[in-house]
Amino acid sequence: MSSPTSSALGSESLISGIETGLMRRTLKAMILSRILESKLSSLYKAGKIVGGVYLGTGQEAFSASLGSCLDQSKDIFAPLIRDQAGRTAFGEPVIEATRTYLGSVLGPMRGRDGNIHRGRPDQRRPAMISHLGASVSVVAGMLMARRMKGELGGVVGATCVGDGATSTGAFHEGLNLVAVEKLPMVVLVADNQFAYSTPRERQFACENLLDRARGYGVAGREVDATDLVECLGGVQKAVEAARSGEGPQMVVGKLLRLCGHGEHDDGSYVAAKLKQSPLGRDCLEVGIRQVIELGLTTPEEVAQWKTEAAEEVQESVARAQTDPTPDPYLEDWRAVSEEGMQ
Amino acid sequence: MSVTYIDAIHQAQLELLREREDVFLYGQDIGAFGGAFKATKGLQEEFPDRVLDSPISEDAMVGMSIGAAISGMRPIVEMQFADFSSIAFNQIVNNAGTHYYRTGIPIPITVRLPCGGTPGSGPFHSQMVETLYGHYPGVIVVTPATVSDAYHLLKQSVLLDDPVVFCEHKFLYRWLKTAEIDPEPLPLGVARITRPGKHATVVTYSAMVHEAVRAADRLALEGWEIEVVDLRSVKPLDMDTVIASVARTGRLLALGEAFPWGGVTAEVVSQVVAEGFHLLDAAPMRLNAKDTPIPYHPDLWAAHRPTPESIVEKLRELLNL
Repeated sequence: MSSPTSSALGSESLISGIETGLMRRTLKAMILSRILESKLSSLYKAGKIVGGVYLGTGQEAFSASLGSCLDQSKDIFAPLIRDQAGRTAFGEPVIEATRTYLGSVLGPMRGRDGNIHRGRPDQRRPAMISHLGASVSVVAGMLMARRMKGELGGVVGATCVGDGATSTGAFHEGLNLVAVEKLPMVVLVADNQFAYSTPRERQFACENLLDRARGYGVAGREVDATDLVECLGGVQKAVEAARSGEGPQMVVGKLLRLCGHGEHDDGSYVAAKLKQSPLGRDCLEVGIRQVIELGLTTPEEVAQWKTEAAEEVQESVARAQTDPTPDPYLEDWRAVSEEGMQ
Repeated sequence: MSVTYIDAIHQAQLELLREREDVFLYGQDIGAFGGAFKATKGLQEEFPDRVLDSPISEDAMVGMSIGAAISGMRPIVEMQFADFSSIAFNQIVNNAGTHYYRTGIPIPITVRLPCGGTPGSGPFHSQMVETLYGHYPGVIVVTPATVSDAYHLLKQSVLLDDPVVFCEHKFLYRWLKTAEIDPEPLPLGVARITRPGKHATVVTYSAMVHEAVRAADRLALEGWEIEVVDLRSVKPLDMDTVIASVARTGRLLALGEAFPWGGVTAEVVSQVVAEGFHLLDAAPMRLNAKDTPIPYHPDLWAAHRPTPESIVEKLRELLNL
């Protein structure tokens, strides 16, 4: 077991160049995310959530690393479908997830859209559409607006995609635009081996998605995304590089999706051999072990975090379940904001 | 001194850039080159940071403008040709078009689409796309037919808080002129009686307004008074003006340059039949382009879209001549 090496810095001491506080916050977000998603899955299987439930099991370390390395007071974060952990780490309240999944009118989408489509664009959290890759250019525009207004200084925009999304035209057009404009943007690519059920060899032919970064003129890094310390180190470097004017950054995280595409999918097409390979490690188990071994937490504290997370999730579900649901008779059925324009 | 349709679009953008710091232009070749049709000529010189060349990436162009709009800007995106907006279709209808309903935050973008045919432009530089965008909720679709409308409707579109697809007709760019821009704009969403009449109503928009007026002029020689209604925007669709006109004439021809299946003319006929069946003295009629891709050869092109001759013929049928 190692311990913080420069105790003079107290809670801000560094391990592998990572602030110890950051490491604890990230792990805590991962725990909360896993417990929340587990509850969402149960609610779906009990018929309490309609539509789909899409989980980020196995991707928490990668996603949460981004959410916690960004500055909640000024950065932009456009998550995709497996980024509950990133959302939590970026400060999205649990109640926003439960309200959206349960169709509350008090949630950000007010029953008009569901599940992982939620966002608060005015709080720099764009609401994703289902079309993969579409957020890359949207975040680019949010950054370009700041540049035109002279407010870009020190702001970073970030979004996440999976290996499947890198096959879309929108991803290509968006990332190319980001590179042309040299924007301070970080794009995380979770290379999770499957796009729904399609294995990566049917998705792209390059050896490594990292190779694409060079083609776009984007700096690239690769991390073992089952390893929390490595994720945090790589993502932090990318965010810092973007913030300090080094242009767009791509981080490819190697991992295995440890769930189906959605909770309707049992993922039976994932070979046992792959699950048992190093890619199939559970990043949450690895992360807990790492942070304990680094002396930054204890098993007792982790247990306490889990209890607190479960309580917060229970409370958020209960609140969302008692919220009003949308009333078709009171709905204004307007798709434009301007009077007389529909 | 006269003002052309393209001058009006240029002038509107120049004034918007001067009047509002939140307006910027984004599109292919619109910077130093001034745009494929010169709608942005010289603008980058005055506004180097707000007239930006884009890569050939229609999806990303609109996605970027959506993000900028979320962050307080009012982007004007120039598609080089309306036909290429098919690549941006997803961002326009699924992202911009759903955004206000989903999140409560409107997206004030204006997407300029140089549309419609010119001789020799062929299947991929001639299309009318107003039907596609009008079909989707959350998108306003504007179709100016006159120089003054091109100017005023563009300025009004950019000031709206919602996404606007601005369909400007390329055939009108240079030949359509006016002595000066009409100082009294009509509001967006209101149709205009371009030519009053009493025997039949032609409801149309964009360049077909001028073909309809030509047809009406010919029939006037025979004593027929044809009313021409210019919709000005197809969404919103000013059915009050249309129904009032049909109430006066009892006969309706819905005329458009788009493909015939579905579309604006079908919508107009359907609404008139549903809301004003009792006003009709004859079955309403439609006239559109032919149901083939738009041909290259000028002779084929001229016959593909409605002409004064084919409109006169259709009106004779409508008038039971």
